[in-house]
This record gives sequence, C-alpha cells and structure tokens, in this order.
Amino acid sequence: MNATFYLSAAIAVLSTVLVITRANGVHALLYLVVSLLAVALVFFTLGAPFAAALEVIVYAGAIMVLFVFVVMMMNLGDAAAVREARWMEPKIWVGPSILAILLTAQLAYMLDSNTMSQPHHAIVPARAVGIAMYGPYLLCVELASMLLLAALVGAYRLAHTEHGRL
Amino acid sequence: MTTIPLDHVLILPVLLFALGVIGVLVRRNLVFILMSIEIMLNAAGLMFIIAGARWGQPDGQVMFLLVLTLAAAEVSVGLALIIRIRHRLTTLDSDAADLLQG
Amino acid sequence: MIHDLWLVPAFPLLGAAILMISAGRLPSRAVALVGVVPVAVSAIVSAIIGIGFMAAPPSGHAFTEILWRWIAIGGFRPAVGLYLDPLSLVMMLVVTIVGFLILLYSTEFMAGDEGYSRFFAYMNLFVSAMLVLLLASNLLFLYVGWEGVGLCSYLLIGFWYQDAANGLAARKAFIVTRIGDTGLMIGLFVLFTHLGTLDIQPLLHRAASVWPHGSAIASLATALLLIGALGKSAQIPLQTWLPDAMAGPTPVSALIHAATMVTAGVYLIARMHGLYMLAPAIQMTVAAIGAATLFVAAFAALNQHDIKRILAYSTVSQIGYMFLALGVGAWTAAIFHFMAHAFFKALLFLAAGAITMRLEHHEHDIFRMGGLAKKLPVAFWSFLIGSASLAALPLVTAGFYSKEMILSETWAHGGAVPILWAAGLVTAFVTALYIFRAVFIVFFGEAKTPIVGRYGIRIVLPLAVLSVLAVIGGFVETPNGLGGVTIFSRFMGSVFGPAPLAAGATETALLVFASLVSLSGVGLAWLLYMRPAPRFAAWTQTPSVVAWRAFFLSGWGFDVVYDRLVVRPFLYVVRINRHDAIDDVYTGIAEASRGLHRLLKLTQTGRIRWYAGWLAAGSILTIAVAVIR
Repeated sequence: MNATFYLSAAIAVLSTVLVITRANGVHALLYLVVSLLAVALVFFTLGAPFAAALEVIVYAGAIMVLFVFVVMMMNLGDAAAVREARWMEPKIWVGPSILAILLTAQLAYMLDSNTMSQPHHAIVPARAVGIAMYGPYLLCVELASMLLLAALVGAYRLAHTEHGRL
Repeated sequence: MTTIPLDHVLILPVLLFALGVIGVLVRRNLVFILMSIEIMLNAAGLMFIIAGARWGQPDGQVMFLLVLTLAAAEVSVGLALIIRIRHRLTTLDSDAADLLQG
Repeated sequence: MIHDLWLVPAFPLLGAAILMISAGRLPSRAVALVGVVPVAVSAIVSAIIGIGFMAAPPSGHAFTEILWRWIAIGGFRPAVGLYLDPLSLVMMLVVTIVGFLILLYSTEFMAGDEGYSRFFAYMNLFVSAMLVLLLASNLLFLYVGWEGVGLCSYLLIGFWYQDAANGLAARKAFIVTRIGDTGLMIGLFVLFTHLGTLDIQPLLHRAASVWPHGSAIASLATALLLIGALGKSAQIPLQTWLPDAMAGPTPVSALIHAATMVTAGVYLIARMHGLYMLAPAIQMTVAAIGAATLFVAAFAALNQHDIKRILAYSTVSQIGYMFLALGVGAWTAAIFHFMAHAFFKALLFLAAGAITMRLEHHEHDIFRMGGLAKKLPVAFWSFLIGSASLAALPLVTAGFYSKEMILSETWAHGGAVPILWAAGLVTAFVTALYIFRAVFIVFFGEAKTPIVGRYGIRIVLPLAVLSVLAVIGGFVETPNGLGGVTIFSRFMGSVFGPAPLAAGATETALLVFASLVSLSGVGLAWLLYMRPAPRFAAWTQTPSVVAWRAFFLSGWGFDVVYDRLVVRPFLYVVRINRHDAIDDVYTGIAEASRGLHRLLKLTQTGRIRWYAGWLAAGSILTIAVAVIR
C-alpha cells in the first residue's frame, strides 16, 4: 500500500507540474485528469474509497468534461498554443515560484513541528459518510444544494444573451 | 492499515496547493487560471480526507463532498464568465480585462 | 411720559427699517418724510421728557427702566435697559434736535442723489445707535450702540462708494476706531470679571467700595476704556481717521462731528467718571492727551486748504478741549462744551455745505473761493456766527462760555496744570486764527468760482435755528463776573457733584485775558489775510516755512508714521504669508493623502493575477506571523 501511495503521489505532483506548464489547453486538461486520478488513488490508500469514487466520477468525469467542452468551443488552435508559450517567458516564473516555495516551506515547517501521534488509518466506509451527511451535516447538504442551484441559474444567465447567441 | 508517516501524507496537498498558486499567478489564459484554482481546491479537499483518515471519522469525507460541490458550482459559473469575456473581449487574456484599474 | 423713553431710539430705528425694507422703491418725497419725521418725533418726545424731568425730577435725579433681560447665563444677566439722568438727557436732547436739523437740511442738500433713500436709512440708524449708546443702562447695551455708530460711520463715510478713495477713507475710519473698540471690549471684560456686573450704576457703586483710590486694576480698566474713547473721539494717537472721514457727504460730517460718533468717547468717560476718579494717573493721561490733541490739531487746521478738513481738525481740537476738561475733573464743563460744540460745529458744517453746494463743481478749496460774503449772505452769516462761537469771541457766543469754563477749571485744578492751561490758551489763539483765516479767505477778496442755484427753506431754517443756538446756548452757564448763571451746573450737579467754587478775582482776570487772546487771534487773522503784507507772503514761501506747512498740512505726519510703523510692516508680513503658512499644514495633509492615494492607485492595476499575487503574499505573511509566534 505504501508503494501505491508514493507512486500515485509522485504521479499527482508530476502531472500537476505538467498542467501548469503546458501551452496546449487540451494537453493540460488531460494531465489534470491524470493528476486527479492519481489523487483518487491516494484517497483510496488513505481509506476513503467513497471519496475516491466521487473524485473519479465528479472531478475527473463531470467537471473535466465541462472544461473540455469549453476548450473545444473556444476552438483554441495552434495559434493560441503559440501565444500561450510566448506568454510563459522564464522571468514570469520567478515571483510566483518564490511565493510558492515560501508557502511550502512554511507549511512544511508547521507540519514538522506538530506532535501528532503516528496514524491509525482505518477505512471509513461510504455507509458512515452517508449517515454523517444526513445526520449532523444535513444543513450543509441543504446549503450545498442551494449553492448548486444558484450556480445553475447563474451559469445559465451568464451564458445566455438577449439574441440567443454568444 | 497503512504505515505511511503522516508527514509524508501531508506534504502532498501542500505541494499540490503550491503548484496551484504558481499556476494562478503565472498563466494569463483564463481557462488555465480556472484549472489552477481547481488544483488548489482539490488540494484542500485532499487535506480534509487526510484529516478524516487520521482520526477515522467520516467528517473529512463529508467536507470533501462539500468542497466538491463548491468546485462544481464554481467551475460552471467560472466557465460561463469565461465564455462571456471571450465574447466581449475576443481574447482569453486576463490582463486584457483590466477595465477596473484605478 | 418718562416711561415712553424707549420711543426716542425706537423711532429713528423704525425709520431706518422702513427705508431699508423699501429698498429705494419709495418716491423721494416719501423718503424725505420717512427720513426726517422719526427723528423729529424723537426730538419732540425728548423735549417733553426733558421738560417733565426738569419740572419734576424722579427720585435720585435718575430714571432707570429695564426693557427686558437680554440673556441669563448664571450670574451674567445683561439688561436691555434705559437710564436717564441729566447727563444722558442733555446728550439726548442735543443729538435729537441737532440730528433733526441736519436731516432736514439733508433733504434738500442730498436731493437728486441716487442713494437718497439709502442715505436717510443710514442717518436714521446712526441717530438711533447713538441714542442707544447714550441711554443704555448697561455697558453691554452701550457697546451695541457703540458698534452701531461705528458701522453707520463706515457706511456713511463710504457713501459715494463708486470712488475708491471714499471706500478707503471709510475703511480707515472703521479700522482705526476698531482698535479703540477692542480696547473698550477688553475693558468691559476686566470690569465684569472684577465687579461681576455691567450695569453702569451698580458697577460704579461697587467699584467705589471695592477698589481703593489709585488701585492698579482701576487704572487698567479705565485705561482700556480710554483707548476705546480715543478711537471713537479721534484723539491722539487714534485721530487720523477723522480728517479722511470728510469723504462722506457734508451732512454726514455734521452729524459725526456735532451730534454722534466723536462725542461718544467724551460721553463714555463722563458716564464712567466715578471710575476715573479712582485712577488719578489715568485721569491725568486723559487731560494730557486732550491738551496734546487740541494743540496738534489746531496747528494742522491752520494749514489746510480744504474747508471741510479745516473743520475736521477743529473738531479734533475741540474734542481735545473736552478731554482736557474731563482730565481735570471738570465734568460739567466738558458736557457744556460738548453742547456748545454740537451747535456751532453743526452750524459750521452745514454752512460749509451750503457754500460748496452753490459753487461750481462743489469746490472745497478755500483758495478757489473768495468774495462770497455778498453773494451768499445766508451762508456767510451762519458761518460767521459758527466761527465766532468756535473762536470763543467774548460775551455773545456759546463757545466763549464753555471754553472759559474749561480754562478756568483747568487753572483752578492746580498742580502741573499751568502747562495744560497754557496749551488750552495758546490753542484758543490758534483756533481764532485758523477759523478766521478761513472766513476771510472764503468770504472776502475777489470771487474766483461762479455761483449756481439757490437755497430752499430746508437749508435756511436749520442754519437759522443753529445760529440762534450757537449764540444763546451759552447763557445757561456764565462765569461769576458775567451774571453767574449756573443753570447747567446745578442741573448736572446730581451726576457730577457740586461745581467747584470759582476763585473770584483770579477768575475774572483769566476771563479778560482769555477774551483778549481770542480777539487777538481774530485780529492777527485780519492782518494776515485781509491786509496781506508782502513780507508775510514772502515769509510763507521760505523753504523752512514751506516744510513746516507741509508737515502741518499732513496732520503732523501721523499718517506717514503709521504707514511706516504699522501698515507697511503688516502688509509685508501679509505678503510673506500670502500662501498662509498655517494653512500649509492642512494643505500638506491633503497633499500627503493625495500622494498616498496616487501610490495606492498604482496597486489597482485591474489585473487579477496581480490581485491574486498580493492575496498569496498577504496569506504567506499572515502564516509567517503564526509560524514565528
């Protein structure tokens, strides 16, 4: 199991790096799907099979498909990829990288300094998650449904124009 | 069940989050910015899962579900906005959408 | 009737209000009616009250009426009240009667002026303010009248405001008197903080019981009041505004000089004489200033060639006599001279106005007049009577009796007084010289300017009445050697205490001496200006004499000195501080915030990547704080 974790973690990080460096939108999206699948595997190794399934279905499935649709609709061709590549000149990476390294260093330092005991990982089955969700977290579920409804209406209104076309 | 040290597990979301930050700051294309935000949200969800796994409680996964919902809502609205901006400015360059400058 | 005292200042105020509200829309006949009738009614009411007062004096020879309480803040409860005693009664009668005559004269003098209605509105307000000043039972209420008089003098001196010079003269009058007003105001503060009241009679009683003779605080208070009086009454060193005040119409000058305004300072000191008796050093200062002023102004008058400026300097000089009298404690003499002066100075000004209005281009220069005695007999006789009274020609003039009273009491005062007395005597000589110089130059010799127009009854009547008053006004008080009438001093006795006993033979000798002095002044004027000797004309042209004459013409150079010492340094400071150094602090604050705004604006690039970058940096900083702690 340990090997699975380390391997999938490495894949996740690597493919994420590729996501943010690709000039071609479709390539980046495919790497993002890979990254999300790797994270789903990590979920599985951490004993969260339900979350892993949702990660695959919702994230890698639904959301990424949405992205693909949009990218296809935008019809970003080779010209767009060339322009993307031109935008990513080396010096633009300096500032963000410094910020990210600082952030990582800080979080790593905090993790290193914690005194938590070693893990006792246990599988949390979907049944327990369902009971928790429709028990103490019922209000959160309602809120989430409201949020989704609002997003639905919002997205429809934003993408819609008076003349029925974009 | 596993014997992976907690430190090793926790470093993964940190790395993913940092990569997301870099992506948001570096990319000018709005679609890539949105993707980077997805990466960051996913990293946050991963942190919840790890915490839930550490204590063997379902709460972490519940929170992950909420993050997932949020990500779905955000992406749908965000993509609609991107379509709108592309229509209005004929570009996806976020730097072109600077009408709100002081 | 005495309870209707409030009507006296109320009527002119009503007249002023009507004229102001009508805003020049009334026909000129109606304006003349509304302008004159209220003061006439005031004069009649004052006369009835005066007769009633003399026939049956109220208890204590004083009448007080509180109209209403102005405000009540703790122990500070200033009353809007009227106080009538022989002093204010005499002043009131003079102001209303002389004021009425001047207004009647003005209806013809000012006819056709486009500011006809405005003129009468100001004049009525002026009279009303002066009456408030005289009748106030309370120093705060008195101050209202005091400032009202100052305001009206400003408005009237600058009446013909289209000419910038008139506006400047008005501003000068206002600013110079303002210096005095500030002194007076501080004086009121001192009095109130130490005596706890501003009601005049209680204040005087309390001062007499609380403050010892010659105490420092009494000196301070009286000195501050004196500064106020100096400003209003145009005494050295604040006399410079009065000659320039000639910029206003002639009836205004008559009103300012005779009835209102300049006598306010005399009245204030007379009213507060109880305080001045507690501060002998300040009282001596009053006498010294009076003596200096009368001397200085007389020499300045001797060299003027504008007929109104001659009269202006003569007013300064005559008020100097009143101050001299106040300074030596001859209160009654001061008020007596005020009364006589009001009659003959109003007469002189109105006569001067009657001359200039008939000359082409309203000529004011006496050397461009001449030979007017036959052509303008009315003006000639009234000016002559006024001049005789001013020069104190013996026996037949009011000025003679009042000036004699001052001089003899100054002599009787003793001490270092012979200097003061000598100044008064020398000035009496110079006074006769300068006024008869004007008479001889203006009315005799050959005519130089053509005459136009004619007089109406409204010009002649006031001149006639004032001429009579300028002669008989003195018979209410005569020296022992000349009948010893003491109506005036007995009447004033309830205010100022019994009149000092005269010194018999010495007094008679002084009387004869002073009479000879003024007669010789007239004689010298006749010699110099009627029979001009070539040697005299040559002497006046020698360089040193020319320089002295220029010096006297400029009023002893006071204006130049003030210009160098005060006005120019002030303007210099103003120029340096043109951009307001103190304001720079606030401008600086505004400028700094604007700069910061520009700086912050740079962060608003409109680029979301930068916003996200700042967000990330801020988060990192926050986490850093958490980590380090």
